[in-house]
Amino acid sequence: MKVAVSSRGTERMSVVDPRFGRAPYFVIVDTESDEVEGIENPGALAGTGAGVAAAQLIADAGAEAVITSALGPHAWAALKSGGIQVYDAGRGTVDAMVKLLLQGGLTPIEEPNADLKAGAARFGQSPDAK
Amino acid sequence: MSVDPNGQLTIAIAAGKGGTGKTLVATSLAIAIDAHYPGCAQIIDCDVEEPNAHLLMQPELTAQAPVEVLVPEVDLDTCTRCGACARACQFSAIAVIRQAVLTFHGLCAGCGACAYVCPVDAITEVTRRVGTVKSGSAGEIDFVTGTLNVGDQRATPVTKAVKDRIRDDLITILDAPPGTACPMQETVEGSDYCILVTEPTPFGLSNLQDAVETCRRIGVPCGVIINRDGSGNDGVERYCAQEGIEVLLRVPQDRRIAEAYSRGETLVATMPQWRDELATVYYHITDMVAAQATGEGVS
Repeated sequence: MKVAVSSRGTERMSVVDPRFGRAPYFVIVDTESDEVEGIENPGALAGTGAGVAAAQLIADAGAEAVITSALGPHAWAALKSGGIQVYDAGRGTVDAMVKLLLQGGLTPIEEPNADLKAGAARFGQSPDAK
Repeated sequence: MSVDPNGQLTIAIAAGKGGTGKTLVATSLAIAIDAHYPGCAQIIDCDVEEPNAHLLMQPELTAQAPVEVLVPEVDLDTCTRCGACARACQFSAIAVIRQAVLTFHGLCAGCGACAYVCPVDAITEVTRRVGTVKSGSAGEIDFVTGTLNVGDQRATPVTKAVKDRIRDDLITILDAPPGTACPMQETVEGSDYCILVTEPTPFGLSNLQDAVETCRRIGVPCGVIINRDGSGNDGVERYCAQEGIEVLLRVPQDRRIAEAYSRGETLVATMPQWRDELATVYYHITDMVAAQATGEGVS
């Protein structure tokens, strides 16, 4: 299974970014082959529609699950409709989050937990996870 | 009834910042023009997210019309999930997430790119109502206002719709929304002149600089009206002098103006002397626009 983690960087040891649509990067981890791919999120600085763009981006990269903290109604609708499961990230590295997921240590996010544009408003700051 | 020999101008009243006095200037300018050219003025409130000119003008609104935009509708049986529409969309208003196709009408600009690129013609464009245009008159002043539906995010289609009501035979004042983003640009674009209303404070100056830069890029000449003059510092004056931007008028910091405005009274109703001051500003703008047109004709 490929898992997409919203991140501040492109590597396995990069720190998780709590925002889904506005995260600067996603790290895609293949849990079977253990391969890691970092992709830039061009929607991070978009005026609107960042969440939808991010959902499209990670779906095109083949992700079946997402680890992130905060996502709005558009991103949520896009991921849910596509059958992509969303898990609530804690604080830490991409690597730690994926390991936690595999151990069953992450809880699924069952509904959008941020307002439209919430990630944009907090850009550059340390946002609350929930 | 005399008609301005230089033609019927469209003047936008804008500001980089909210609360500087755009509507104060726009309403009183329209009344001043109407006083000098009865029946020849029009005011259009282009702030469709938070219209307020009607509070001061108390117009009788006699007509209203819906504002509609085109949005995509996808035939899921025909769609092959190729994702060409999602790649073409610049606003992420359509997404193809594995087998799901989603449209987000609130994000859609109605450009039709998705339908254009669809290789199997699975997308049709259908209309969706996003707002309302209302029109009527305040005394002899033609009045137009628009409202964006609550929950909708794109104001520009409604701004365009109210601007479609600009009458060539009238002198039109456009009351722009605050800021320098798309709704403000949509308002100012195509105007003959833009009056930027500002406060003489560092915050006012910073936003004025953005607004001046925006006008220059759009190619609309601009001048400044300083409101609450005397309340801050001389930063705005120095900036205008440096940049060669004319200060058209200074409205002083005056408690009587603020009190009357809070009661919904216009500047000229409270202090009639401002009617002639604003008419003078209008004449001056007329001269400048005419001079520029002549200059362009020669070169």
